Amino acid sequence: MMSKYLSRKMLVYLLTFFFAVTIDWMIPRFMPGNPILILVSRFSGMPEATKVIYSYLTQAFGLDQPLWKQYINFWRAFLSGDLGISIYMYPKPVFEVLKEAIPYDLALLLPSILVSWIAGNLFGAVAARRKKLDSFVLPVLYILTATPYLWLGILLAWTFGVLLDIFPIAGAYSFSMRPSLSLAFIWDFLKHWILPFLSLFIVMLGGWAIGMRNMIIYELEANYARYLETLGAPQRLIRKYAFRNAVLPQVTGLALQLGVIVAGALTTEIVFSYPGIGYILMQGILNQDYFLIQGCFLFIIIGVLLANFFVDLIYVFIDPRVRYAFGGETA
Amino acid sequence: MSETREILFFAFRNTKLRIGLSIVLLFLFFALAGPYFAKYDPLEYVGPGYHPPSSEYWFGTTTFGQDVFSQFVYGLRSSFTVGLVGGSLATLIGLAIGFFAGYRGGLIDELLMMLTNIILVIPTLALLIIIAAYLPYRGVFIESIIIGFTAWPWTARAVRAQTLSLRAREFVDLARITAIPTWKIILGEIMPNMLSYVFMVFILQFGGAILAAVGLDFIGLGPTKGISLGLMMQNAVLWNAIQLGMWWWIIPPGLAITLIVGALYFMNTGLDEVFNPKLREM
Amino acid sequence: MALEVKDLKIYYKTLKGYVKAVDGVSFRVKDGEILGIAGESGCGKSTLGNSLVLLKPPMNYIDGEVIIDDQKLPIADYEKMRSFRYRKIAIIPQYAMDALNPTRKIGRMLKELFESIGVPFETMIPKIKERLKIVNLPQNVLDMYPIELSGGMKQRMVMVIASLMDPSVMIADEITSALDASSQKAVVQMLREFRKRGFVRSLLFITHDISVLYQIADTVMIMYAGKVAEIMPMDKILRDALHPYTRLLISSLPEVGIRYTEKLLEGIPGQPPNLLNPPEGCRFKDRCPAANERCFEEPPFIQVEENHWIACWREVEKRA
Repeated sequence: MMSKYLSRKMLVYLLTFFFAVTIDWMIPRFMPGNPILILVSRFSGMPEATKVIYSYLTQAFGLDQPLWKQYINFWRAFLSGDLGISIYMYPKPVFEVLKEAIPYDLALLLPSILVSWIAGNLFGAVAARRKKLDSFVLPVLYILTATPYLWLGILLAWTFGVLLDIFPIAGAYSFSMRPSLSLAFIWDFLKHWILPFLSLFIVMLGGWAIGMRNMIIYELEANYARYLETLGAPQRLIRKYAFRNAVLPQVTGLALQLGVIVAGALTTEIVFSYPGIGYILMQGILNQDYFLIQGCFLFIIIGVLLANFFVDLIYVFIDPRVRYAFGGETA
Repeated sequence: MSETREILFFAFRNTKLRIGLSIVLLFLFFALAGPYFAKYDPLEYVGPGYHPPSSEYWFGTTTFGQDVFSQFVYGLRSSFTVGLVGGSLATLIGLAIGFFAGYRGGLIDELLMMLTNIILVIPTLALLIIIAAYLPYRGVFIESIIIGFTAWPWTARAVRAQTLSLRAREFVDLARITAIPTWKIILGEIMPNMLSYVFMVFILQFGGAILAAVGLDFIGLGPTKGISLGLMMQNAVLWNAIQLGMWWWIIPPGLAITLIVGALYFMNTGLDEVFNPKLREM
Repeated sequence: MALEVKDLKIYYKTLKGYVKAVDGVSFRVKDGEILGIAGESGCGKSTLGNSLVLLKPPMNYIDGEVIIDDQKLPIADYEKMRSFRYRKIAIIPQYAMDALNPTRKIGRMLKELFESIGVPFETMIPKIKERLKIVNLPQNVLDMYPIELSGGMKQRMVMVIASLMDPSVMIADEITSALDASSQKAVVQMLREFRKRGFVRSLLFITHDISVLYQIADTVMIMYAGKVAEIMPMDKILRDALHPYTRLLISSLPEVGIRYTEKLLEGIPGQPPNLLNPPEGCRFKDRCPAANERCFEEPPFIQVEENHWIACWREVEKRA
């Protein structure tokens, strides 16, 4: 049963991946205009680079070949880790550029997602229990979850970076620093990290807390909770069960929200010039560096798919319903 | 008919709905009427740069002397357009796919849900980026359509679940037994029960589209001409408004979006209370 | 006397006003008696059963008294009721199929339940095992999640759970409605076995299906629109039922064994009244073939024979 569930999920992920890569391949080819000419025209000021790029592009796009061959070539190059060469950071390969950016994304995303998820769930559970607290807290939570990540980032940067001048607001560490495991560097890194982290954390907190509040209220109305009441069980036990069961859809929500969170992280990185994929992507867009854009897209997709798969794995272990009876609708 | 009146009655009594609606209407008023008050073209360099709010420039000016108030009201227009067009499109697509999958079931259901799950996993923004990056000229309208075409999956899933549960309900079965034609069941029994739900979905999609557009504009993939709240924030960050402490440039656009979207969410909870009258049933 | 209900009124509070779902219901259940409660859906029978165990909004206690084993049952006091629930009065709910926490193994759930109400779990284990045997469930269900059980198994599991504290009164709420004829029979036999072995003293068996009552009930109570129409010994219902509603119910039974009252009642013209604004007087008068102008007054609930009560003017007049 369990393997059926997972293999089915795997199928969806594989199809998604396939679909995403195909889109990545398709779009420059089916857009109006000749992408190579558009690309090369940007380098008219640098004749030497233009030549290299032109020959590279012709080879990579292989526009003289039939479409199916172009498509296979694209996959072949992609699977061997060849994502092309960045124009913006010429002649660095796109893969290298992205590899360097990944640690910053993980440093920002993992803690903010996990901590906000845990804190939001606890907070939402408390709000669901107290009516007075609920009616006051709920509007605040709605405002939080409606805030664009980037705007909260801007506000935090302005307040703590400019007005109070406590935290730096650009980059992942000071220019004078070299990445190392020294205490001074870690301290410097954390100081740069805290504001982007907070902007992600605070917005997400609102969403998780609202979700948990609504789920708990729903679970407390469920038949099993009602039946425990008829058996004279104390509120304590019913709440415990409701909380546990309400966490499950929140885990699913984690998977569903990843796309939105990643998008939020992209914009937050731009606000703080934090050198993760979002920042790189913005540079790619500003410089019309199509290989870099393509690469960022693929990296984001792969990351989200992996995270989704990981969440699914966890889910199988915490929800017996999935383990014992897999009947189609699981989310 | 009396049911409609009843719903309207409870709708007016619901505080959440009233507060949410007032905020949205206030901004809508600004968006519609604002451009007539605005003295300047939003993109023209009309005054001294780096100028805090004054009687001449109500929201101050940008680094280059553009009028922030003009940008703000025109930007609000863009936001409402994106919300309306993108939100409607996403709702319609999600509704059609979810309804069809849920009502037909079988292989069609399987395939449609597979498609839905695929689009659901791909981060919308990433998809938008890749599409928008290759479109040399983009207006607010194109942006809305791109957003609409990528934001529907969760609606489709939710609508499908609703359809399934409505289909399973006794009264629909009863209608079936008594040989009422399918379209009458859909129009007479399923649609009225879904209508309130569809409206709530639309409100969420409206807000979602506005937020998506802000992200897209901010990374530089917004409209290539014109102004929007996201573009305002992008320009503010690019031209160091944070470091220069130009709060009048960075606060209004984000605050407006937060309040509008928050008010929409709030309205939605209010509507939920109006439409799901557990208390009004036996 | 195991249970005595006097003039109980339970209304649903709605924004349009009170829905008078149970409106002045009185009856008694003797020790060891099985009382069948029957009526169309919406007649208040389930509300009655549920209010005796768990009364909470939108249900509202309006009036009346409930006595269980010569003790007042504080149904209107949610907290005080806690110590009576399960120990004195338990219910096998209509929703037995999803009455168990889906994410806990059944054994562990029971352990947590008993510990939370201050009963050592170990002392319950032999009881649980014995009763599982009676309802034909394997011992290892305790190591299973509810989802691993079939619908019928879950229902029997809930029957066992409801009986574990040996309550004085057990309420079975529409537990046979979703079952086929042979499973119905099995469930009914298990409940009789429960009574025989003293796991439960008395039973309220709520159903819309009169034919099931032939198999289990000692006494039958017919409800209509929130009120009791007639109470009488089950074995006399075919010959001696007096209330026009009861007569219509059984005359539309073509033969013993037909199941759905919904179908049967197609034979009775008209609809049950709206309980938000029930009509004055006898609530059945609009559908009653024998109605006359007296029926605009509320009929008294009179005893016509040993163990036979009725609310109908025709019987009052006959005896006048």
